[in-house]
Amino acid sequence: MTDTSLAPPRKGDTTLGHIAYVLRGNPVTLLAFAMLAFFVGCALFGPALVPYDPLATDAPRALEPPSRDHWFGTDSLGRDVFSRVIVATRLDLTISVAAVAISFMLGSVLGSIAGYWGGWIDAVLNRLLDTIMAFPLFVLAMGVVAALGNTVENIIIATAIINIPFYARLVRAEVNIRRYAGFAQAAKLAGNSDLRVLAVHIFPNALPPMMVQVSLNLGWAILNAAGLSFIGLGVRPPTPEWGIMVAEGANYIVSGEWWLALFPGLWLMLAVFTFNLLGDGLRDIVDPRKRT
Amino acid sequence: MLSIKDLSVAFQTRKGEVSAVRGISFDVARGETLGIVGESGSGKSVTSYALMRILDAGGEIRTGEVRYSGQDLRHASERQMRDIRGSEISMIFQNPRAALNPIRRVGHQLEDVLIRHGRATRRDARPKAIAALEAVRINDAAARYHAYPFELSGGMCQRIVIAIALACDPQLLIADEPTTGLDITTQKAVMDLVRDLTRAREMSLMLITHDLGLASQYCDRIVVMKDGLIVEAGDPARLFTDPQHAYTRRLVDATPRIGATIRGLLPPEVRTAEPHHQVHSRPVLEVVDLVKTYPGKAGPVQAVKGISFEIKAGQSLGLVGESGSGKSTTSEMIVRLQDPTSGNILFDGQDIAATPAARFASHAARRDIQMVFQDATDSLNPRGTAGDAIAEPLKRIAGMRGAKAAARVAELAELVGLPQPLLSRFPHQLSGGQKARVGIARAIALEPKLLILDEPTAALDVSIQAIVLNLLVDLRARLGMSYLFVSHDLNVVRLLCDEVLVMKSGEIIERGPAARIMTAPDHAYTRALVAAAPQPPAQAA
Amino acid sequence: MARARMILGRVAQALPVVAGVVVISFLLTRALPGDPAAYFAGPAADAASIAEVREALGLDKPLIQQFFLYLGDLARGDLGQAISTGQPVAADLAARLPASLELTLVALVLSCAIAIPLGILAATRPGTWVDHLCRVLVTAGVSMPTFFTGIVLIYVFYYLAGWAPSPLGRLDFIYLSPPHVTGFYLIDAALAGDWFTWLGALKQLILPAATLALFTLAPIARMTRAAMLTALSSDFIRTARAAGLGRGKVLYAYAFRNALLPVVTTLGMVFSFTLGANVLVEKVFAWPGIGSYAVEALVVSDYAAVQGFVLAMALLFVALNLVIDIAYALIDPRIGVS
Repeated sequence: MTDTSLAPPRKGDTTLGHIAYVLRGNPVTLLAFAMLAFFVGCALFGPALVPYDPLATDAPRALEPPSRDHWFGTDSLGRDVFSRVIVATRLDLTISVAAVAISFMLGSVLGSIAGYWGGWIDAVLNRLLDTIMAFPLFVLAMGVVAALGNTVENIIIATAIINIPFYARLVRAEVNIRRYAGFAQAAKLAGNSDLRVLAVHIFPNALPPMMVQVSLNLGWAILNAAGLSFIGLGVRPPTPEWGIMVAEGANYIVSGEWWLALFPGLWLMLAVFTFNLLGDGLRDIVDPRKRT
Repeated sequence: MLSIKDLSVAFQTRKGEVSAVRGISFDVARGETLGIVGESGSGKSVTSYALMRILDAGGEIRTGEVRYSGQDLRHASERQMRDIRGSEISMIFQNPRAALNPIRRVGHQLEDVLIRHGRATRRDARPKAIAALEAVRINDAAARYHAYPFELSGGMCQRIVIAIALACDPQLLIADEPTTGLDITTQKAVMDLVRDLTRAREMSLMLITHDLGLASQYCDRIVVMKDGLIVEAGDPARLFTDPQHAYTRRLVDATPRIGATIRGLLPPEVRTAEPHHQVHSRPVLEVVDLVKTYPGKAGPVQAVKGISFEIKAGQSLGLVGESGSGKSTTSEMIVRLQDPTSGNILFDGQDIAATPAARFASHAARRDIQMVFQDATDSLNPRGTAGDAIAEPLKRIAGMRGAKAAARVAELAELVGLPQPLLSRFPHQLSGGQKARVGIARAIALEPKLLILDEPTAALDVSIQAIVLNLLVDLRARLGMSYLFVSHDLNVVRLLCDEVLVMKSGEIIERGPAARIMTAPDHAYTRALVAAAPQPPAQAA
Repeated sequence: MARARMILGRVAQALPVVAGVVVISFLLTRALPGDPAAYFAGPAADAASIAEVREALGLDKPLIQQFFLYLGDLARGDLGQAISTGQPVAADLAARLPASLELTLVALVLSCAIAIPLGILAATRPGTWVDHLCRVLVTAGVSMPTFFTGIVLIYVFYYLAGWAPSPLGRLDFIYLSPPHVTGFYLIDAALAGDWFTWLGALKQLILPAATLALFTLAPIARMTRAAMLTALSSDFIRTARAAGLGRGKVLYAYAFRNALLPVVTTLGMVFSFTLGANVLVEKVFAWPGIGSYAVEALVVSDYAAVQGFVLAMALLFVALNLVIDIAYALIDPRIGVS
């Protein structure tokens, strides 16, 4: 009797309606989107807007606490911490976005192939991922940067390598459970080749959980890059970068010059926090159990 | 013994409050077996959860009274309820494997209940648990005591669940779809066991089911529910011969049984004459010595053991078997989703098994062999609309584009009775019956010569099943297709098919005209299958 | 019996991973840009000493042969000489490993002790303040760069409040190290009955351990909560409730034991994060473990030490994962039978 009902879909049933519902239920996600916009704005326009040249030293005004002139204080060379923090946004975001993009693409291709065809390709890929995952990931990144050389590109490569297993495993699992799903079989009967079934019908269904992973990983990639810089790998002084700035500031914390480490650290934390909140919010949006 | 008055239950959901049960009243007498029958969403299960006070989060009893032996269950404390559950009122569920703790030995799960209700101490729990297993006719109970649920079959798990439910001698057993998902012969064994045990212990039984036939066979009295209301109550024979409510009449009509016709499943006012379909002598499909072997841990497993049969042009052949019979493997090989280990599949005289499944997408016969899948929800891409799904074979195989394809999609929707506005909807916005129609429209888009129907109505309510089966009958007459109808349900197969094949353990054990298989089966297994299918009382003319 | 065979199988499965780890660490050694010999000889080397190093390391031989030389060295426990200390890398690592392990294990125990009950509470009371607290803590926890958390803790508890000792190493200079038995100061001091030193070691340990624990709290609490929610909504919980089992029994014997399975799996990932974060925390607190050793080695481009460290960490992690796998198999009867 409900079989032929023509009632329009209820509001909450459409994707947009669902997103609106989740955002209403969780305003924190909305906040995360706003913060993301802020950080992207800093990355795009920051260098043009900051009050001081982030590299300009001013020895007489070294180690000044926050003031009207220098909102976040000055460092040991008298550089403006606020300007350096804002300018660093571009570099930190670039590293994480580039690294995540590389691992997203490589992981998707590898995971799709392994998940769909299985067999020896799957076995080889699994061994490879097991080997990567057998290293504590930050330690592997240290090893890779140490081996390849101390540059920003190599930080990106190292971060991408340690992220690939997450994407490959996720895509592999998502593709694998749908390999024999009715709609994949039906697509074959409708004349689609295996490759087309995989690319057009199965893979897009893995995208929602992938987006969650991307968001969480962006935060993690920033932490990772900053961590590497903190121990002196990758980005070199005097380039403004959050990890280095915290490392430089760490030396002054025991003597009470808290602003040197606090502001870049806080900024770093806020950026990672934004991506994590976003990931949680996206998880709520795509989680089918929340859709009932 | 149990008395429910004006019970209503509501759930808080994101779309506001939903009334699941809207003021129902009924009694269960001591020793009585009461059936509660309804389709999905009728509130039948919620009623039982409410009286046990185990509603999911967000569910709440709004009005009414639940009395059990004089006790007010609605206002009893949680502690009192815990004493009642398991020792006074017990429950068994569908999907027995999931109903048991997967990482606890079944014997220990039994002991938990015995000890909880003071029926055993730590010291003597084990022999008592084994005795409880023996009570549900489990062979070698002492060995089964140590088993984990994953080591047992579905039917065995259901016996364990029953043993847990009956361990503390409750007065009332609530069975919530206890046989759904079990094979038809297991289903009968489980129901017979439940009936015998409850009778022997003079217990009351509440059987909650979607299957009016099953309920009529085992219950003294039946309550029919729809949309949270009781529409009719009465004894089974009376319900079948003289249903008072229009909904009960529709349900009775739609329940397949001996003597029913396919048009008879529909409400009388929409019945038309059954169209004739022409069966030719020329075979459209010949299967010769088909074998499928899977590699297994303990050596290769033969799923299909060299079967041969043919389907004539225009003929509908039923393929009947229980799980593990190889019927699904056979149909997947014929539709060219799997490669046989050996044997030939001749389609119009051409061996299509010679082309590997991976390359069959571009085979000329692709458009002529199509399939309707078991689970309509699973068979539609959640990210595509109904229209996209129907257009897919038109675009990929026939190369149709743009307005031409759109026109054909509209035409097909018309043909399967799918209203045009629904074409732009996504699967989760469609009902089960609508999704089934989309799946059928997609399968017949290129007017195939052979359509394989893999339990196309297994997931549907009976009233929707009646509509879909009749649609299939109409389409067959109109397009002259041959059907291979794969099912576990003889009652349904008989309605649609000219001939029936019965498969067991990878072999065909019997073939014959549908009517003959039902009335005079040759093979003992076929006889068991026929006997196990619930047979509701004959309907008044 | 099947269980024992399964555990042996797990150990066997770890072998190819170990082989992979060795190959990758070999490749990392040889992938150095420029002349590896120059790196291994150190920044102060001249042309002659570089040539000498090249020959000593076998770098003039084909790659395959070099790999077997490397394997031979590994088999003898030879990871090369560390320039910074002048000692064999293997000896340096062995001496410093207990400090890292003590820190890591204390942090993990601390974080499990907080995270698992928190996750359970949040799952049994969804939507309440415990749940919200759990959510905030979890998201904030993973967002905190460990090196930054450490610095903030030092500033607050050492500089401002003066409660913590100066963040320099495992023991303040007024104490003597306890006699070496296990290398774990807490255990060694307790064995020696030297509770004064024990307390001193504990005071040094609290801040770095708390820093690490804060970081690992998040994934454990998150997974516990999710796994408990899944377990509590499954059919067998409904059966248990319908059979009248008590709340404690349902929650712990039925739900929690099932929820433990995904939590144990997560622990592998948590170990990975902890061992990585360990490096940063050790640098911040001048903790004399293998992480700070690697950082010091990096600063002076002492690559033999860094590669030795990477290999040692990987082998440690493989061993930990093996323990987790076996623990999992002991909880889940379905493993190994399928």
